[in-house]
Amino acid sequence: MNSVAPTRWTDGSMERLVAKRYAAERRFKFFGLAAVSLSVGFLAFLLITMAWKGAGGFTRTEIKLSLDFPRSDLMLDSAALRGPEAAEAIGAAGLDNVVEQAAVAQFGTNGGELFGGATIRMLGERLVEDPDLLSRRTELWLPASSKADVAGKRDGDPAIERLLANADHRLRFNPTFLTSSDATDASEVGVWGALKGTFLTILVTMLLAFPIGVLSALYLEEFAPRNRWTDLIEVSINNLAAVPSIIFGLLGLAVFLNFMDLPRSAPLVGGLTLALMTMPVIVIAGRNAIKSVPPSIRDAALGVGASKMQVVFHHVLPLALPGILTGTIIGMARALGETAPLLMIGMRAFIAAPPGSIVEPATVLPVQIFLWSDEVDRGFVEKTSAAIIVLLVFMLLMNGLAIYLRNRFEQRW
Amino acid sequence: MIDTIVPTALDTEEPAETSATRTPKMTARDIHVFYGDKEALKGVGIDIHDDKVTAFIGPSGCGKSTFLRCLNRMNDTIPAARVTGTIELDGENINSAKMDVVQLRARVGMVFQKPNPFPKSIYENVAYGPRIHGLAQGKQELDAIVEKSLRRAGLWDEAKDRLDESGTALSGGQQQRLCIARAIAVDPEVILMDEPCSALDPIATAKIEELIHELRGRYAIAIVTHNMQQAARVSQRTAFFHLGEMVEYGKTADIFTNPVEQRTQDYITGRYG
Repeated sequence: MNSVAPTRWTDGSMERLVAKRYAAERRFKFFGLAAVSLSVGFLAFLLITMAWKGAGGFTRTEIKLSLDFPRSDLMLDSAALRGPEAAEAIGAAGLDNVVEQAAVAQFGTNGGELFGGATIRMLGERLVEDPDLLSRRTELWLPASSKADVAGKRDGDPAIERLLANADHRLRFNPTFLTSSDATDASEVGVWGALKGTFLTILVTMLLAFPIGVLSALYLEEFAPRNRWTDLIEVSINNLAAVPSIIFGLLGLAVFLNFMDLPRSAPLVGGLTLALMTMPVIVIAGRNAIKSVPPSIRDAALGVGASKMQVVFHHVLPLALPGILTGTIIGMARALGETAPLLMIGMRAFIAAPPGSIVEPATVLPVQIFLWSDEVDRGFVEKTSAAIIVLLVFMLLMNGLAIYLRNRFEQRW
Repeated sequence: MIDTIVPTALDTEEPAETSATRTPKMTARDIHVFYGDKEALKGVGIDIHDDKVTAFIGPSGCGKSTFLRCLNRMNDTIPAARVTGTIELDGENINSAKMDVVQLRARVGMVFQKPNPFPKSIYENVAYGPRIHGLAQGKQELDAIVEKSLRRAGLWDEAKDRLDESGTALSGGQQQRLCIARAIAVDPEVILMDEPCSALDPIATAKIEELIHELRGRYAIAIVTHNMQQAARVSQRTAFFHLGEMVEYGKTADIFTNPVEQRTQDYITGRYG
């Protein structure tokens, strides 16, 4: 037998060992803290830039313009405005000429550049509200053109800035950004169409992916026999969850559009495609949640004579539901932010009206952001940031709702 | 550790040994259980009488819980397990195709080692069994069943004011009595208890043992226990298991005071196990 030197708890070597151990612990803590601060810093940077750049998207520059309708060559009488064809009457009336003339008269030869599509639209709305405006000379606050809007907020075209300096202008909240859809003129665009498209798409995704995913998870975990086939299915599902989303877009294009002839650009097809992508995530999360339900609960239910089906639906599923919902939230959040597969199935088209149903052409927020970020017009820069803010808020609201629901379920048990 | 254990549940209440003339509630003959290739039970035969408590004792891994789980076919849930032999409940083979396993488990209830109430209210825990078997017509009958079951399980006085509280909020001993109430709510003929006191403190254990005394006669009871004193206290019949075999089966008094087999003698005197 080898003789082992007796351990000296009090001599220096032991103290050095202890000091080393503590140093390692401090280093680990420091690195952990550094990693956390770095991510918090990036997140804060992202949010602050977003808020800073995007805030401008929710406001618009308005300019006071004097209009003298009786003396202009406007072919519009107040009776037509009261009728049901008011919109058509205004469209044909040539309001743009009236605005142009008034602007030139008030701000000089280039004055017309201060006003654009949003101005005409707003003026039309005001006239329908109050047809009596036509009978008198009046001063109105009207939204500026995109160029003037940029000049009013940040450094824009110097010529326009000089023009604007002479005009009476102010910054106001821009309600049309939340109520209108895509447009060619940056001053007229809004997110409502994309928001509605997103909502409809996610609805289709959720209605398909959640029940199918949960039921698949239950079947695989509780009912399916363990054999080569179920192993194969398990591997396939795990692989499916890791497939790049653009591939799902191609699949949607091939199956839903080319083979099944479903309408192009529709939330139905977008939802179907995203459901294919989300389902594996829900199945995996669901199986893990079901696995973590203690077997003693199954035994207890079987012990009083519950059938397999009753065990699963009365006990296992309710206990696994919070975990399943967490997985679903993650899957849905991913689907909500997805752009690539939707590009493949035509949801990148220019769509100027919000979709009325799931089979009408639509776009979704991430795609809208992608499209706007591609625009040359400088007015779209802040609209892009503002749309990102809307997307993030929408996401937060959805996740908040899901977490609230999850906690409700947890309290019941 | 212990020299002799004196059975306290002596067969004094069993006057003229009637069980010889009566048919047992359950009979098991030549039971073999395989987990894959491993033979966990090697030919066990036991009778369970409906007016007696039958205790299964033996060291860990000897197959006593496995045997107990054969009696209501809980081993069906383990894919690798295979059971051969015959088990009859009132002369009916429980492994036959005609026997519905859901009904079998209602007739042969089970209480588990770890208290496992459903994470629902106390009321719901007890009402669940009667509800899925359709034993009650309407709320009043169900209320009556819940009260009766909780009373029989000795939990009514503690639980009557908190029926809406979660069953998991009770103490360990109360939870186990709740599980017993849940088992008797479906009005079983046999109750199987798998080490029902191993997770409980001595006071809670004493209450459960008292309860077993009270339930005897109404239900046939089979109990697995590690605790030899407990077997001696609560049972009238004892079976000693060792390494998958049933070494000895007989009156509790005989097993503890006058065992036939040397291995039984060694185990009850604490020489191994």
